[in-house]
Amino acid sequence: MQVDWSIMIDFIPQLLAGAKVTIYITVLGLIGGIILGVIAGLMRAYGGKILNAIAFTYIELIRGTPIVVQVMFLYFALPVLADIRIDPMSAAVLAIVVNAGAYIAEIVRGAFLSIHKGLTEAGLAIGMPHWQVLLYIVGPLAFRRLIPPLGNQFIVSLKDTSLFIVIGVGELTRTGQEIMAANFRAVEIWTAVAICYLIMTGTMTIALRAIEKRMRIL
Amino acid sequence: MSFIEFKNTSKSFGPLQVLTEVDLSIEQGEVVVLIGPSGSGKSTLLRCINGLEMITGGDLIVDGLSVTAGKKTLREIRKEAGMVFQQFNLFPQMTALQNVALGPRKVRGLSRTEAETQAQELLDKVGLSDKGGHYPSELSGGQQQRVAIARALAVKPKVMLFDEPTSALDPELKQEVLNVMLQLAKEGMTMVVVTHEMSFAKQVGTRLIFMEHGKIAVDDDPRRVIDTPPNPRMKDFLSHVE
Ligand SMILES: Nc1ncnc2c1ncn2[C@@H]1O[C@H](COP(=O)(O)OP(=O)(O)OP(=O)(O)O)[C@@H](O)[C@H]1O
Ligand SMILES: [Mg+2]
Repeated sequence: MQVDWSIMIDFIPQLLAGAKVTIYITVLGLIGGIILGVIAGLMRAYGGKILNAIAFTYIELIRGTPIVVQVMFLYFALPVLADIRIDPMSAAVLAIVVNAGAYIAEIVRGAFLSIHKGLTEAGLAIGMPHWQVLLYIVGPLAFRRLIPPLGNQFIVSLKDTSLFIVIGVGELTRTGQEIMAANFRAVEIWTAVAICYLIMTGTMTIALRAIEKRMRIL
Repeated sequence: MSFIEFKNTSKSFGPLQVLTEVDLSIEQGEVVVLIGPSGSGKSTLLRCINGLEMITGGDLIVDGLSVTAGKKTLREIRKEAGMVFQQFNLFPQMTALQNVALGPRKVRGLSRTEAETQAQELLDKVGLSDKGGHYPSELSGGQQQRVAIARALAVKPKVMLFDEPTSALDPELKQEVLNVMLQLAKEGMTMVVVTHEMSFAKQVGTRLIFMEHGKIAVDDDPRRVIDTPPNPRMKDFLSHVE
């Protein structure tokens, strides 16, 4: 079969719909992942023995297993174990939340602990309670250091959504496969899919660079 | 009761005993200068007063409150005891004025305007009237340390703790910090100062304490003991300092 780049135009609408689903899963998943990650990361950095152990177990469970297994577990095993049925879309979002949350937790912990201890002591020494020191002094400083590794995780999570093909979520990669099944235009389709991913990750990179530039790393 | 009272106070880091059964009373208005070899426990003694280190034996009373009485009491003590660090430890994301105003706002409950007005007065006092809008990275070491002193004073402490406040400074910058400290001493501020600046001890010190292996080896009038040290190791130490 001859490669014909012009037919790429024909699947643009379908690919855009797939990309929309990818973006939807990524954005929702990362919002949840950031919340979960901040909580777990702070538990690791400042929690007592028990909180620390809980967060540690969660992080290691997730980091030690592939995301495909995690989403399979959520979608197929959870309904059997507990009587919870979830649709593929929710399973996909939840998988990103839980997965990104673990990696973000380590990023958050690292960023907070990298802030010079003397600043915490200076805050405590003026009589501020520890939570205020974290909120007003350490947090804002840690936030600046969080941005580069967090951006990296955003891109990883976006690409990870392609693995949800295994539970049949109609995201970008799945869409590519469906078109492919209809017309066998492998070169054109996978090139177009790759370009779609590059546009999304590229936009993220540019946005993050802009934020990084505006914030001095202190 | 004295303003600060170490009662048989000990402090260990795991197996390492750093303070051994220290008894020490400090009254209001005193300027106590702490000296001693590296590792003798000067910083630890100072940091026990405001609970940055928790004592492991005996008791330590500050303004009638025990440092072992729990978090809330500790915060009360910290409001009464300002601390100045060797490395300044200014908050880098805040201007000098914001650094000074933070404590009063969060700890003393002042409004932003009240806190900033008071912060400006303190910056005037330490000779930095026009530096309020500068970030720490835009200030010299001596200026940063003076902001740090203003930040500690802003919470209206009854005692000021200094841990080698001029050691990180170039010689030509030390004096501007020492001048602020001399001024404070003359105003009657209670001070506990770890420093190697013997001129400071002679000018305003009411007591000189020489520490050795976590114990107080000498505790006397600075003018008497600096020139004629009562202890050979102190004599040796002083000859290295000056
Ligand atoms: N957080 C800590 N954990 C373990 N050991 C510590 C800690 N802080 C201090 N030490 C140890 O306690 C001893 C006394 O330390 P301290 O800082 O009080 O000495 P110092 O007299 O201030 O010395 P320097 O003149 O070097 O500042 C040292 O042996 C030090 O290594
Ligand atoms: Mg020290």
